[in-house]
Amino acid sequence: MHRFANPSRFMRMSAAALPWLGTITAALLAAGLILALVVAPPDYQQGDSARIMFIHVPAAWTALFVYVLIVLASASSLIWRHPLADIAGREAAPIGAGFTFICLVTGSLWGKPMWGAWWVWDARLTSVLILFFLYLGYLALANAFDEPTRGARAAAVLALVGAINLPVIKFSVDWWNTLHQPASVFRLGGPSIHLSLLAPLGVMAAAFTSFFLAVWFVRIRGAILARKIAVIVEGAQMDEMIDRRGVAAAPTQ
Amino acid sequence: MMETLPNFLAMGGYASFVWPAYAVAAIVLAGVSLHSLAAYRRCQRELARLQQVRSRRGSAA
Repeated sequence: MHRFANPSRFMRMSAAALPWLGTITAALLAAGLILALVVAPPDYQQGDSARIMFIHVPAAWTALFVYVLIVLASASSLIWRHPLADIAGREAAPIGAGFTFICLVTGSLWGKPMWGAWWVWDARLTSVLILFFLYLGYLALANAFDEPTRGARAAAVLALVGAINLPVIKFSVDWWNTLHQPASVFRLGGPSIHLSLLAPLGVMAAAFTSFFLAVWFVRIRGAILARKIAVIVEGAQMDEMIDRRGVAAAPTQ
Repeated sequence: MMETLPNFLAMGGYASFVWPAYAVAAIVLAGVSLHSLAAYRRCQRELARLQQVRSRRGSAA
């Protein structure tokens, strides 16, 4: 982590990594879509509606993964006061919110034909909705202060408190009665689903993860440039003030 | 497996749920990535402009 914590080193390494990440993301997305829409057989009970799973589940995994990253970034921001950790967390959040939104909407589109309802207030759905609001709250706090480090600190505290929601999401299907099906991939005893369904899930999850990394890197690069711009603008304002004062203080004859 | 295109598009009668799900994902991901790229390019241009202004001032002084 600390190897990447130097802005100029990050700029160099991400510039080298981004063309690769972009290519890998495009290839994985293409392969994942073919596997999900063409190769995978329709479910014996749910028919072709089960193809929504290949977007819904990887989006949920990515949304959780990104939140875990934000928790780690927030902890290192609060403990070590790393300015890059603030940027890393803040720039990950919109992407994580996007995946959470995809998870909620695709879940709704899957729930209507299978459960007969767009939405039910059960523990799994509600805790993922809370995850979405945590993302929005984190972003609102991070951008709410003129002084960026104050916003970053408040947002980091919210992210850490919100981490309690992660195990609730994971175990909600075991702790409470729910329409939502229990875990069938990350469970004790290994995945319980067939390879023809596991393959598209895995490839789409890899595609979403590499998509996240690519966009995250672009966003961090943008934030580093934005900070350079702010430093130059502040410096110019300072120069101007000194100039003006210099003129005012000059002896008049 | 798909036999014919209309058959494939029909998604076994679930077309009105499957395709919107994929479309929402595509729109959100395209939106996030394009917005992020545009913001990055904007910063790049602005920084280049400021550095040019500064170097001009530096050489003028």
